[in-house]
Amino acid sequence: MDKTPQTEPRQSWTFSNSINSEIRRAADTGIYDIRGGGAKRRVPHFDDLLFLGASMSRYPLEGYREKCETAVTLGTRFAKKPIELKIPITIAGMSFGSLSANAKEALGRGATMAGTSTTTGDGGMTEEERGHSEKLVYQYLPSRYGMNPDDLRRADAIEVVVGQGAKPGGGGMLLGQKITERVAGMRDLPVGIDQRSACRHPDWTGPDDLEIKILELREITNWEKPIYIKVGGARPYYDTALAVKAGADVVVLDGMQGGTAATQDVFIEHVGQPTLACIRPAVQALQDLGMHREVQLVVSGGIRSGADVAKALALGADAVSIGSAALIAIGDNDPKWEAEYQALGSTAGAYDDWHEGRDPAGITTQDPELMKRLDPMAAGRKLRNYLNVMTLECQTIARACGHNHVHNLEPEDLCALTMEAAAMAQVPLAGTNWYPGKPGF
Amino acid sequence: MTTTLDMTATDLRAVNTTLQAAARAQANEDYEIINPRGAHAMACGLDGPLTVTIKGSTGYYCAGMNKEATVTVEGSAGPGVAENMMSGIVTIEGDASQYAGATGHGGLLNIKGNASSRCGISMKGIDIVVHGNIGHMSAFMAQKGNLVVLGDAGDALGDSLYEARLFVRGSVKSLGADCIEKEMRPEHLEILAKLLEQAGADAKPEEFKRYGSARKLYNFNIDHADEY
Repeated sequence: MDKTPQTEPRQSWTFSNSINSEIRRAADTGIYDIRGGGAKRRVPHFDDLLFLGASMSRYPLEGYREKCETAVTLGTRFAKKPIELKIPITIAGMSFGSLSANAKEALGRGATMAGTSTTTGDGGMTEEERGHSEKLVYQYLPSRYGMNPDDLRRADAIEVVVGQGAKPGGGGMLLGQKITERVAGMRDLPVGIDQRSACRHPDWTGPDDLEIKILELREITNWEKPIYIKVGGARPYYDTALAVKAGADVVVLDGMQGGTAATQDVFIEHVGQPTLACIRPAVQALQDLGMHREVQLVVSGGIRSGADVAKALALGADAVSIGSAALIAIGDNDPKWEAEYQALGSTAGAYDDWHEGRDPAGITTQDPELMKRLDPMAAGRKLRNYLNVMTLECQTIARACGHNHVHNLEPEDLCALTMEAAAMAQVPLAGTNWYPGKPGF
Repeated sequence: MTTTLDMTATDLRAVNTTLQAAARAQANEDYEIINPRGAHAMACGLDGPLTVTIKGSTGYYCAGMNKEATVTVEGSAGPGVAENMMSGIVTIEGDASQYAGATGHGGLLNIKGNASSRCGISMKGIDIVVHGNIGHMSAFMAQKGNLVVLGDAGDALGDSLYEARLFVRGSVKSLGADCIEKEMRPEHLEILAKLLEQAGADAKPEEFKRYGSARKLYNFNIDHADEY
């Protein structure tokens, strides 16, 4: 018997099992992988930052006793009726069509109970959503599905969507299997066909045109509604500056961890910048224009906890927005459906074939039987609880840093654990007074 | 009685506020706007019966999101005239710039001159009659409604078309992806005759050709990837 020692079988890092499985899938089907959610790759994120807390030079506030405010007002620049929120966490735009009506209702209920706003999506405004959302932001998208002046006027704010973090420069596709009669009716298209959402607006090109488009929207709505401009995390300094130039009241900046209902995996994973890398350039643009805090900045893409909220605010955001986390709070990818996720070839926590409309949790589906699994009242309460917890966590950190309002958090409260995070957040690497690119070094 | 608003003395906000209030009051009154000087967003968001005549040319988005009102521009119109129109009648006596009638859901947009590129882009039920020619990429991703062109159409007409009907009397430089010439059936001649009459167009339905979607791109098929 040959006793020559054998080298242990070695997997390639370049050609990992996961990569190889995708190559085989592509070879079998001839089509790229489409999925929901945001970037799954590890990118520098808020976890790479730490708060310093109070010490000899900073006095903390008493937890459970001393007040730490969380209210935020969005749309103070031009709108006659800015939006007043109790907490600096909003619900991001997600469409009826990609989400079930029950899911949209749950988001509205939860947001309203927590004192914040929710947002429509591609596909128009539903009665369930308007009826259960005290403050509703109406998205103005390239497809203009369901767009009409009545809904525009009964919205509390208007969000002109230029891009989103999961796919800056990309449009969308709602596949035919989710196009029920109701969804098709709202979009003026036949039942069962794929519905393409355009990547560019049909009637304006560039910030000069957008300025005039915003003038029209304001004229139609009596200058009452705050106008947000949402951009994907592509060129945050210039995108923010141009949004301000175009007349935005609020800039919504969505990093690459921000989710989507259905997009090519190659787009989600390879286009755009991490949320952490986007915030400081955007804040710098606002500061350079003298507009920081006058035009509010809402950051989204991978916000999961009160710590993430606090870090985004410390870097200069006025509020954050959550999408994926809100869906998880109301039941998305819950392990209680594990057997069904397995049957779909996935597992709880990894299920992202939202475009197929077979979501066991009843959230990213239009199947009437699956939709029934989501009780909008119970799900709304879960979202409220989650939003409350995030707010309490954010307050805890702000008090520990000596601030009586979460907006008083600042970059000087932070340090970074990695060189990359230090460079992106422009806060010192832990244990040093230096970050890459710091002037004077 | 016609009320006259002079834009050398009244600013855009005041003009639109006046018109929008009159439309909402369902008063069916007549308004005339003089000296428009190419102002943007004029007479937009009207949502009731009202007759507005603009004596001159307008800028972007004139009569945007119009509902029920009758708006006439006695001049030419800038980009996005009657964009997302819901109902009513908008008439342009001169030419219209890009994106005329974009995403419109209903009503009639009647352009007596020519319309530039992307006329009727993403239209969702509006009827558009252009007495002259239209530019390239018109009716791109058009979903519903009718686009009638008495003159010629530019490149890539009806690219990625859904269920909108396109009627062209003159030549078509090229058809876009998934747009084909289709049989003109009696029901189409009837629709066309009605639209031509409404628009006061001097043409016979039999002189037109009909174009529509081949419906090959309705559901993604890898074998059609070369079409894009």
